[in-house]
Amino acid sequence: MSEIANIEELKKLAPPAELRRAPVIEGNQGLGWVTDKLSAFAEAKVPIWWWIAFVPAAFAATVIFPVCLFYQVFTGVGAWGNNHPNMWGWDIVNFIWWVGVAHAGTLISALLFLTRQHWRTTIGRMAEAMTVFSVAMAGLYPAIHVGRAWFDWFMFPIPNSNGLWPQFKSPLMWDVFAVNTYLMVSSLFWFMGMIPDFAILRDRSKTRVRKAIFSFLAMGWTGSAWQWHNYEKAYVVLCGLCTLLVFTVSSIVGLDFCTSQLAVWHATIFPLYFVIGAVFCGFGMMLVLLTSLRKLCHLESVITKSHIDKVAKLALVSGLIINYIYLMEIFIAWYGGDPYERWVFGHRFFGHTYMGFGWMLIGINVCTTQLLWFKKIRSNLVALFIIGLLINIGMWSERFVIVVGSLYQDFLPANWGKYHPTMWDVGLYVGTLGAFFMLYLLFVKFLPVIAISEVKGATPQGDPHHPLGGAQKGGHQ
Amino acid sequence: MSEKAYGLMAEFNTPGDLLRAAEKIRANGYRKWDAFTPFPIHGLDKVMGYRNSLVGWVSLAGGTFMFLNIVGLIWFANAFDYPLIVGGKPMFSPPMTFVPAYIMMIMGAAFGALLGMFGVNQLPRLHHPLLFKQRFEGASRDKFIIVIGANDEKFCATETKQLLASIGGANVEIVEDQE
Repeated sequence: MSEIANIEELKKLAPPAELRRAPVIEGNQGLGWVTDKLSAFAEAKVPIWWWIAFVPAAFAATVIFPVCLFYQVFTGVGAWGNNHPNMWGWDIVNFIWWVGVAHAGTLISALLFLTRQHWRTTIGRMAEAMTVFSVAMAGLYPAIHVGRAWFDWFMFPIPNSNGLWPQFKSPLMWDVFAVNTYLMVSSLFWFMGMIPDFAILRDRSKTRVRKAIFSFLAMGWTGSAWQWHNYEKAYVVLCGLCTLLVFTVSSIVGLDFCTSQLAVWHATIFPLYFVIGAVFCGFGMMLVLLTSLRKLCHLESVITKSHIDKVAKLALVSGLIINYIYLMEIFIAWYGGDPYERWVFGHRFFGHTYMGFGWMLIGINVCTTQLLWFKKIRSNLVALFIIGLLINIGMWSERFVIVVGSLYQDFLPANWGKYHPTMWDVGLYVGTLGAFFMLYLLFVKFLPVIAISEVKGATPQGDPHHPLGGAQKGGHQ
Repeated sequence: MSEKAYGLMAEFNTPGDLLRAAEKIRANGYRKWDAFTPFPIHGLDKVMGYRNSLVGWVSLAGGTFMFLNIVGLIWFANAFDYPLIVGGKPMFSPPMTFVPAYIMMIMGAAFGALLGMFGVNQLPRLHHPLLFKQRFEGASRDKFIIVIGANDEKFCATETKQLLASIGGANVEIVEDQE
């Protein structure tokens, strides 16, 4: 009996420091403080840095972007560098890149919710916004790439005057469904997550206009137990669905490649390859956004170093998987004995014209990623910012290697050709980058950038079984 | 403007206090009451006696509806209305419909979850008597509020007020129903 009493005593003792979890919010702050802190940025005056970032982004989004878009649509796909044999060029590279950026956002917000990682509450909203905006950018590329953008509606199963229907056996057709669904579902998820936070901003608003806007967006949310009960159910269901999408959308993009007969593309590893590559690239973008916004929005005690450390670890894990896949690709190219595949692989690293991208892939995605093993690097925010940028560049060059590398030298030497992007390729990419950052900056300034109610629920003050949350007897009373 | 009572409202400071108070109110036999909190409280569902939310079923229905719809659409489009031979494959076979149907199932289920949540929670709503209350703004900040409805059979302005005060509720106030 005395032993059992001792175990009861033991349970009441706090675990040693090294076994304790890092707090979600530093400084053991109360719920009111959290509310003030997290809604402060959306309510304060627009800071100077915001304008400094917003003006060039808005210029790219509202001048460069439409100019390149209209010129391209009026002239034709030839305005880009795409030409025989490189029918896919920067447009597809950028499409995959943007879809990739989106994926980590969903992974953080949905998969980490399902695995009950409380630290995700502080960065989930930022990740979701990244998803929504980058999927929108991604979807644009194939829509223009079809050549006659005004016939895009032929891709949807709508009765048309030709009496034709889409060909549902093609992965390119599946892409239409996948990207549209991804955009819709991630937007719904993003919006639904914000409803309780809109209610917070509504209740805090000082001016009539602000009150009207947030009352409209909050849709009469009161936060009753009944509402939360159903909301939580809808949230967990949407998280499950979004997690399915993480693994589906990029797989389908991968299928676009592996159902073709080209050397290297025709590989069963491609769907997985694209999913992991997407997640890795997205974690890179997440590192860039988190390290900078944390400082600029004064959220150091909310987006703690421990949270960024975890994102960096996830980047490392996905980076290691992608390294394994590179190894597998090279191994299969050698072991498969297909001379064309060996040829293409040899040219990735020892060919002419594009070998720089191949070495960039090795240099960044394989070598630089290993830096994340070190705790010193993971706690150095400047280093993480740079590594995040490098990962994005590295993953962009990986997609270039995959797309152009297989196309420019196929089975017939008479068919070989080179690919050079034109200024319209570059302009459109700059334009989409501008549009992404413009939308993101607007989101950061005007919407609840951190899921306020979720963070509050993850603090000890919000836990009814914690002494700080009002538990009297300890444990579950 | 007719002003009758909507209910009595009491504030609590911590989620733990709210849970204990909710248990007592339920034990006292009240039925038409609700707790308003800044975030979902673990264990409150049980105290309120809620069963599994309907939202999951709405989502399932939405997903199933879309899945079957797309399978049917593909059969209609590629096998019936305009038979299309691709690579010598059959006009219609269930496995080939899977990917688009699966993707659209996710879309249907997501809409089901969101619209189901709106439906069950009766959102969006333009008016709620509690939203006129200055003190109710605490419910989205750091206060935990219990409201006992005036339409409850056991509701009595004085007795209910005493009960709310005795279980630790602060600032017990009457909420008017402003029509």
